[in-house]
Amino acid sequence: MRVPLSWLREYVDIPQEIEELAERLTLAGLEVARIEYLGPAAQAREGKREQGSQATLTWEGIYIGEVLEVKPHPNADKLVVAVVDYGKGPVESVTGAPNIRVGDQGQKVAVAEAGARIIDAYAPEPKPVKVKAMAIRGVRSEVVLCSEKELGLSDDHSGILILDREAEVGRPLAELLSDVVLELDLTPNLARCFSIIGVAREVAALTGQRFKTPEVKWHPQGPPISGQVEVEIQDPDLCARYTAALVKGVKVGPSPFWMRRRLALAGMRLINNIVDITNYVMLEWGQPLHAFDYDKLHGEPAKRIIVRRARPGEKITTLDGVERDLTTEMLLITDPEGPIAIAGVMGGLESEVTESTRAVLLESASFSNTNNRRTAQALKLMSEAAARFGRGVPPELAVPALKRAAELMRELADGEIASGIVDVYPVKQREVELDLEPREVERLLGLAVSPPEIMELLERLEFACSPREGTIRVRVPQHRLDVSCPADLVEEVARLIGYDKIPTTLMADPLPRQERNRSLELEEQVREALVGCGLTEVITYSLTSLEAEAKLDPNSSPEGYLHIANPLSRERSVLRRSLLPGLLETVAENLKHHERVAIFELGRVYIPGEKGERPREPRRLGLALAGPRSRLSWHEKPRAMDFFDLKGIVEELLLRLGLEGRFERTSHPSFHPGRTAKLLIGGEEVGLLGELHPRVRESLELELAEPVLAAELDLEAILARAAPVGRYKPLPQFPAVLRDLAVVVDEAIPAEKVAQAIRAAGGGLLRELVLFDLYQGPPVPQGRKSLAFRLRLQAEDRTLTDEEADALRTRIEARLAEELGAELRK
Amino acid sequence: MVQIEELKQKVAALAEEGRARLKEVASPEDCEAARVAFLGRKGKITELVKFLPHLPPEERPEAGRLINSLKEQFQAELDRRLRELKAQEIEKKLQEEAVDVTLPGRPVALGGLHPSTQALREIYRIFLGMGFQVFESPEIETDEYNFQLLNIPPDHPARDMWSTFYLTEPGLLLRTHTSPGQIHVMRRFAPQPIRAILPGKCYRYEQVTARAEMMFHQVEGLAIGRNITMADLKGVLVEFAHQMFGEGRRFRFRASYFPFTEPSLEMDMDCIICGGRGCRVCKHTGWVEILGAGMVHPVVLRNGGYDPREFTGFAFGMGPERILMLKYNIDDIRLFFANDLRFLEQFSGGLR
Ligand SMILES: [Zn+2]
Repeated sequence: MRVPLSWLREYVDIPQEIEELAERLTLAGLEVARIEYLGPAAQAREGKREQGSQATLTWEGIYIGEVLEVKPHPNADKLVVAVVDYGKGPVESVTGAPNIRVGDQGQKVAVAEAGARIIDAYAPEPKPVKVKAMAIRGVRSEVVLCSEKELGLSDDHSGILILDREAEVGRPLAELLSDVVLELDLTPNLARCFSIIGVAREVAALTGQRFKTPEVKWHPQGPPISGQVEVEIQDPDLCARYTAALVKGVKVGPSPFWMRRRLALAGMRLINNIVDITNYVMLEWGQPLHAFDYDKLHGEPAKRIIVRRARPGEKITTLDGVERDLTTEMLLITDPEGPIAIAGVMGGLESEVTESTRAVLLESASFSNTNNRRTAQALKLMSEAAARFGRGVPPELAVPALKRAAELMRELADGEIASGIVDVYPVKQREVELDLEPREVERLLGLAVSPPEIMELLERLEFACSPREGTIRVRVPQHRLDVSCPADLVEEVARLIGYDKIPTTLMADPLPRQERNRSLELEEQVREALVGCGLTEVITYSLTSLEAEAKLDPNSSPEGYLHIANPLSRERSVLRRSLLPGLLETVAENLKHHERVAIFELGRVYIPGEKGERPREPRRLGLALAGPRSRLSWHEKPRAMDFFDLKGIVEELLLRLGLEGRFERTSHPSFHPGRTAKLLIGGEEVGLLGELHPRVRESLELELAEPVLAAELDLEAILARAAPVGRYKPLPQFPAVLRDLAVVVDEAIPAEKVAQAIRAAGGGLLRELVLFDLYQGPPVPQGRKSLAFRLRLQAEDRTLTDEEADALRTRIEARLAEELGAELRK
Repeated sequence: MVQIEELKQKVAALAEEGRARLKEVASPEDCEAARVAFLGRKGKITELVKFLPHLPPEERPEAGRLINSLKEQFQAELDRRLRELKAQEIEKKLQEEAVDVTLPGRPVALGGLHPSTQALREIYRIFLGMGFQVFESPEIETDEYNFQLLNIPPDHPARDMWSTFYLTEPGLLLRTHTSPGQIHVMRRFAPQPIRAILPGKCYRYEQVTARAEMMFHQVEGLAIGRNITMADLKGVLVEFAHQMFGEGRRFRFRASYFPFTEPSLEMDMDCIICGGRGCRVCKHTGWVEILGAGMVHPVVLRNGGYDPREFTGFAFGMGPERILMLKYNIDDIRLFFANDLRFLEQFSGGLR
């Protein structure tokens, strides 16, 4: 909402500085997003900001003048002599402005008389100079006709400023052009402030000024409206009130300059005096109005207005020339021939007021705000009227606004108002009365306010208060639709007191029982573990596309996904079921700038619910690695990360969570057929890890020589198994004996199988088993591999002898030979 | 028969010779040679024993002591010399092992947490200290929880405040704020008092620009009890903001509007960028909004299972990304989920 201050001042005095007012409004919830200064106000402001370096002008001695005659200059070709009147009789001014030529007359211009201060247009830095009467090439120039630059309005000095023809000769220029516009960002509860009067009421209450209640004039001269207009409301659930006035004999033309100026400052498009008046009154009162061309309406003998829902298949062409399909939930203004307007949204083209209009049927009505919103949204028609009706317009506002507009049409369009109005008012506005216990104010605010003070504050906002036993009976003014419970009144009290006056305290309420969030703690532990492994956390979008998901899961089908009904784009149209697409996209992006990427994401995926159930949002953990193992350095040759870098991280994570996992080779269409494993914990599959298939890498534009590794783990399953309490094992009392064991087996035998056989044979004495060498090639025969293990042997109750250790190793060797065809390697 | 005097002279001469010899040794090997030469089986000092039978028996003990003393003395000097030489040798070796200490160190792979995670942790830390506990609630919500139970009926004008992503499944949507968590927590704990923090992702149907994201984090706060006031709310928020943004900042509270709180407020902080003088970031007001809050609306209290005549409460909501943007003068919210490591790694060392 744009509020020109000059307009606001009609309803409330504003003695304070604009900035001070703006701050007061902002703190009270009417957020002033911007203050726009126009004319000398802008100059003054600039001057203040620039510490006087900019000239400040007051426009004192500058008036609106009219060019009476332009004569050639007797001694100079490029100059003319203009005769102007600025309210003090004709005077001459010599000017070289190219937009004033000999023979011109009637232009309105800004006239600076001797002694007035204007900007020196030729000085390198703008500085003010005093206007002096002087002879120019032999002709006396009494006054200066100013350019925009000389007035400090802009840097334009290409010609003099030509004012609107309506400008009143002799009035100070400042009256015409100087103003300040407050741009308000209004929250939905401030519907009442979508009007100058509404803002004026707030300003009055907040600054302690009197709100100058507008006087509603009414001078009907024509024959009664009854017999000329009939109104019927068929759907009173959507139209609480419909009032109409008839203004005949109007002359359609441009609005007067003052109205055009105000409408323009308020950001309104200018149409013609009739439509401008409806807009003007809407901005002033907050009541949207509509003007129909009376003669284009149907009905005999009286024109008939019927307010009803649209019928199936009904259409209307609105003022913007668009034919609209209507649904049967949309409210229409109709006449016996069909729709003439979409109620409270936009008028129809057919009954539009045009230059030839002679009689106006003026509508001021009240429509259901929810229905109006739905209609406007369905038609994507966010008119100024719909913006107000959608937020709620009190029915009681209809008549004063109707009369105000009719009066303006009488004054400004020479109309004749039919006597009486039509007022169909099936659903009366409810009077709201609330009981406010004074202690409620303290209970909510933590600040004691005395009952008389509460009443005084509320009365400033036109709430009628009367003390009752222990409570205050408060009658809510009819222009307030936003107050419905005592808490609303407490907010009004707080706003007027100022939130800064409310103390700042520490909670005295007893502390609730504290309960730890185990699940979040574990999640944070997982993050710590991965950061410790050198991974960087990323957070990617939960919204993705089926195509992106299909790159990693070719078997995905649309039914498996939750779909957005109103996606912003196709790329963000379904909820992810996997972290990998986002993660790998992130890898690809980062590989443009980095040679090494090691990242993880801990986030939710979204699974449609079974019939009737809410969707599930389990947490997953995704890991992705690509590039060399460490940053480039002089220490060692770069070596690419591979499957075992990824596996090492997963193992480390399990270790930290006190879990034991098993890895089994598996296959997945998106992964390298020979370098992919599933992770099992307690026999249940809880994740997948491996090297990406080259085909998938290509589709993701991961074009680098090294492999790309990725894992996705079911964090819910993993965390559910994480040891709740860490356990302590006593330290061994007796020394350990180390034995190394190198065996040669078929290369097809997984290392884990060999390790299992060793563990089985080693029994309780084998405390630790580490594979420390894997070798293929001569002298190991083709198709075989050598595995070297270090065994840590230890007994709980005695020092193990060398003989015992050797015997155990022999036993293990025998078992390996028997079970796996292993040979010893010497 | 030789006299003991003769032996004494020999001992003195050998002592002198030994010292001279040890002065010359230059390596542990030399030392060993000297030891063999003097103390070996055929060594010069060892050989002195041969004199003993030639001495009168009464002088033999004294002669023995003389020889032993010489042995011990030589051995001690030899040991001392050997230690000296070894020390020299180590010193020399260490000198040879010198490296160019200006060469870069071996790189360590450093990971880091996403800045939003770090901001969330910071928020948890501050509020845990004030007795709040962390709870989570779903991202996929129903219209009922996201709006209706929060006093936002269908077609309410306030719905314009949240542009919503709806799912094709009727009634489901992506939560536009963490506020539905208020209802979940209230219904779980009513009529017990509550102090809860509800973090999580939220979604808005908005074109992504430098200033608006379709996905962001929010942290909801909720306190309910028999004696909770707006003054307490201000106290909690000021305490939070001081810890989050550092002492010395100025704050102000503005009346605002949220359908689920009454009265409602927004909290502003003096602009970090310009110090309150006015700049582009603060739209020349000198103030930046840091969060929204208010006293829980009686309708919401009732929907949560609390009698608004007995209980009061406050709620607040803040955005970790917004907080980081203000704190670090980040001018593009898209950086958070673009996940450019050049951005993320700037926060690897933690928030300061
Ligand atoms: Zn600033």
